[in-house]
Amino acid sequence: MYTEKVLDHFQNPRNVGEIENADGVGEVGNAKCGDIMKIFLKIDEKKIITDVKFKTYGCGAAIATSSMATEMIKGKSVKEALELTNKAVVEALDGLPPQKIHCSVLAEEAVKAAIADYYTKNGMEVDFDVNGCDGCCSNCEKH
Amino acid sequence: MPKTIYVDNAATTRVPQQVIDHMVTFMGENYGNPSSLYSKGREAKAALEASREKIAELLNCQPKEIYFTSCGSESDNWAIRGIAERNASKGKHIITSAVEHHAVLHTLKALEKKGYEVTYLGVNADGIVDVEDFRNAIRPDTILATVMYANNEIGTIQPIKEMCEIAHQNKIPFFTDAVQAVGHVDIDLKDLGVDMLSFSGHKFGSPKGVGALYVKSGTLLNNLIEGGGQEKRKRAGTENVASIAAMAKALELSLENAGEKRKKILEMREKLIDGLLEIPYTRLNGSRDKRLPGNVNVSIEFIEGESLILWLDIMGICASTGSACSTASLDPSHVLLAIGLPHEVAHGSLRISIDENNTPEECDYIINSVKSTVEKLRMMSPLYNNR
Repeated sequence: MYTEKVLDHFQNPRNVGEIENADGVGEVGNAKCGDIMKIFLKIDEKKIITDVKFKTYGCGAAIATSSMATEMIKGKSVKEALELTNKAVVEALDGLPPQKIHCSVLAEEAVKAAIADYYTKNGMEVDFDVNGCDGCCSNCEKH
Repeated sequence: MPKTIYVDNAATTRVPQQVIDHMVTFMGENYGNPSSLYSKGREAKAALEASREKIAELLNCQPKEIYFTSCGSESDNWAIRGIAERNASKGKHIITSAVEHHAVLHTLKALEKKGYEVTYLGVNADGIVDVEDFRNAIRPDTILATVMYANNEIGTIQPIKEMCEIAHQNKIPFFTDAVQAVGHVDIDLKDLGVDMLSFSGHKFGSPKGVGALYVKSGTLLNNLIEGGGQEKRKRAGTENVASIAAMAKALELSLENAGEKRKKILEMREKLIDGLLEIPYTRLNGSRDKRLPGNVNVSIEFIEGESLILWLDIMGICASTGSACSTASLDPSHVLLAIGLPHEVAHGSLRISIDENNTPEECDYIINSVKSTVEKLRMMSPLYNNR
């Protein structure tokens, strides 16, 4: 049911861990629904994401989408990272089963939540939506 | 990677070569239709009836009380609908448990839509139905009681004989889904007393696609399939002779030297349970004593079951989980929730179901593989921080 890419990122997840004194930290999901993603960002003065790490509790797709999302935003500007969509993560993984789409939504939301945290910490206005998906809205299929 | 270690025997089992050899004779040589008059048909009929007699002998009932079906789910559907629809004028109340297989639960849900009322008995933390709860659930309009013999996820064995006696004191027919039990524990139908019992061949070494329903003589239930005269007109359709013969053979083999085999399986089960419980924040799901010899089910906190199963697969181990992420819904197993596990603990369940083909060395490998995988997954779990 999973593609080779998903299995690769599940088996060899990129950017696992935490960043001490991270410039932005975002956590979404909840244990009741079976997945939580936490993303840590290191952002320089030019607003470039110089480092990113994640910790995820969840299924194979949750781990793979976290890994792929962190890879896709590493080295990018904050503005570019905000443009990351769950669709792009799914495409980069060569697809996900329909019932796993919500994992990619979580990955997108985790990145946004971490950037929102960075904005808040630096006194900037959060001018984008952070839904903070709790994994239970059943709206994932619409993304 | 070592050879595949198959420990998902509650899902399905390997067909022994002896069973395959027995079954193919009814495909290439004795392929007649049991309803045909000529010798080839009579041979097939004889094989069909010999299989029925063998199964009846092994389960201690009369051959005419065994009806062949295509699977356990079909038997479950038939038993419940057959009784409910036949007795609708007497009442529309049915008693069951909260931990039944979906073949039973979804059949009951469908009946609820047609105006039937169902009482779902809860279970205790060990996964067992309280006999007194069962007694108290009986109403004047109760027309059927259906409680599974052994649970497919946590392996717990219910007090069927006791509940059946209470049902009969109240003139209520009792059905038990014994799909997980037949071939794995001793079942004596005369002693057990149930009116109907379902089982499925592939759970004890026959191919998939064949099962049976025991219907005690005198129990009246509606026909399942209309057509020819097969299965005493109650379940028409040309009999799956090869698979039925295979099922009889498989049941015979699985009950051969049963004491010796079960002792070996039980020792491995206890080894697995002890080994897995060494993992911190891990619990055994279901009673340790009142459980199928080959069933192990544990919940491991701070990890999610599907990712554990995927890693075990990479390491050559075939096992199962009750996590929501292994299905299309967000809810974990109804059985694990019924024994009182919080959602997040239920998501981290692992079911291992062994048989006599497994070895203690495989159990050691499984324990070590689960331990190292859990460590790996916990290291990346934000829930495990600061533990």
